[in-house]
Amino acid sequence: MAEVSRNGKYRIVHYLNQFFGGVGGEEKADCKPFAIKGPQGPGRLLEKLFREENVDVEIVATIVCGDSYFAENQESVLREWIRPIREYRPDLVVAGPAFNAGRYGIACGAICSSMESLGIPAVTGMYKENPGVDQYRKTVLIVETANIVSGMEDAVRKMVRLGVKRLRGEEIEFPGAEGCFEQGIRRNYLHAEPAWRRAIDMLLRKMDGKPFETEYPIPFFDRVEPRPALRNLKGMTIALITSGGVVPIGNPDHIESSSASKYGKYSLEGLATADARTHQSAHGGYDTTYVNADPNRVLPIDVFRELEQETGFKPYPWYYATVGNGTSVDNAQKFAKDIVVDLIRDGVQAVILTST
Amino acid sequence: MAKEIERAGIPVAHICSIITISQTVGANRIIPAVAIPHPLGNPKLPPEEEKALRRNLMKKALTALLTPIQEQTVFS
Repeated sequence: MAEVSRNGKYRIVHYLNQFFGGVGGEEKADCKPFAIKGPQGPGRLLEKLFREENVDVEIVATIVCGDSYFAENQESVLREWIRPIREYRPDLVVAGPAFNAGRYGIACGAICSSMESLGIPAVTGMYKENPGVDQYRKTVLIVETANIVSGMEDAVRKMVRLGVKRLRGEEIEFPGAEGCFEQGIRRNYLHAEPAWRRAIDMLLRKMDGKPFETEYPIPFFDRVEPRPALRNLKGMTIALITSGGVVPIGNPDHIESSSASKYGKYSLEGLATADARTHQSAHGGYDTTYVNADPNRVLPIDVFRELEQETGFKPYPWYYATVGNGTSVDNAQKFAKDIVVDLIRDGVQAVILTST
Repeated sequence: MAKEIERAGIPVAHICSIITISQTVGANRIIPAVAIPHPLGNPKLPPEEEKALRRNLMKKALTALLTPIQEQTVFS
């Protein structure tokens, strides 16, 4: 059980990104980490909801870091910040919630995971498709949240309930009951009903078309074996695809800046390069200043052309673009399945995909 | 997208800024890029050097496509 600090309150350190930390939006995503005394943004709600559960907590510090800065400097941020966080003597570390923000989710997972390995309890929250879930669910307790910020109160409430248990050293129940993602831990316990009765009950429910829950979910690993390498480049047709949102100027297909519902197919014919007059980024998940100045920084048409001359591969005359920013896995799969129809029909043998 | 395109039988080289995301979603040939707002560039460099950097990344992608692999591989 955590030790209560001198004034009788549990001590919490809260991790937030630049947006929730009040620094700014995507243009501030490269903000370096810093600490503020006390709660910030969602931290206030966190304290309030802990008190509603009759648990007296104090957010002693809030650590804020830009999402891009964390993603690009994960090792050094962790190396430099774990000690200061420990020095606050937290009874609990809370990160996020990160909803469907990928970089933020990974940052929250990484912070919590580092804390857990030091024996400091930690809790975070994410939407099920956040890449941080798959990466950290085994080592970190992650509550399931909505994919949008309007789910804040519900998310924080779930984190608080789990946080209370962690503070008191109480047993964590099954993931479904706690509202968090499975960690893949199997624990023996004595069930009131024997296995045969549970199995028959389950079967009867299934036969009646009623909902039932398996006691032994089969893990689902969706991996695709690597395809064989190309033998050489000469004469091979290679296509260029980007999730970085580079589209012809004016964004003719109106691809959304986040949660994209579509992709675009655009001609590369006759293009030796891309520039600020021909292309732009429609992406709303990173600062587009640099790519708008030179779109080759995301969609490398200039070098693609040069290497075509040197190695003799054949560029596919179209490129495909979408915005990978909170885009659902379902949509991304749908785009790829559509695109692949073209690629196979036109004999494309390899793809270079660029992502921000 | 990388995984779905490979599923259809076409090898993909994924040049990306956050390799952990690429690994999680299941890309197989991964080339770490420069930074999120400019994966294939660096505005701090003079134009010539910046282009050389981009060229180097694209050559790595082509090399990745020419390299037989058995499992997810990061070409750094």
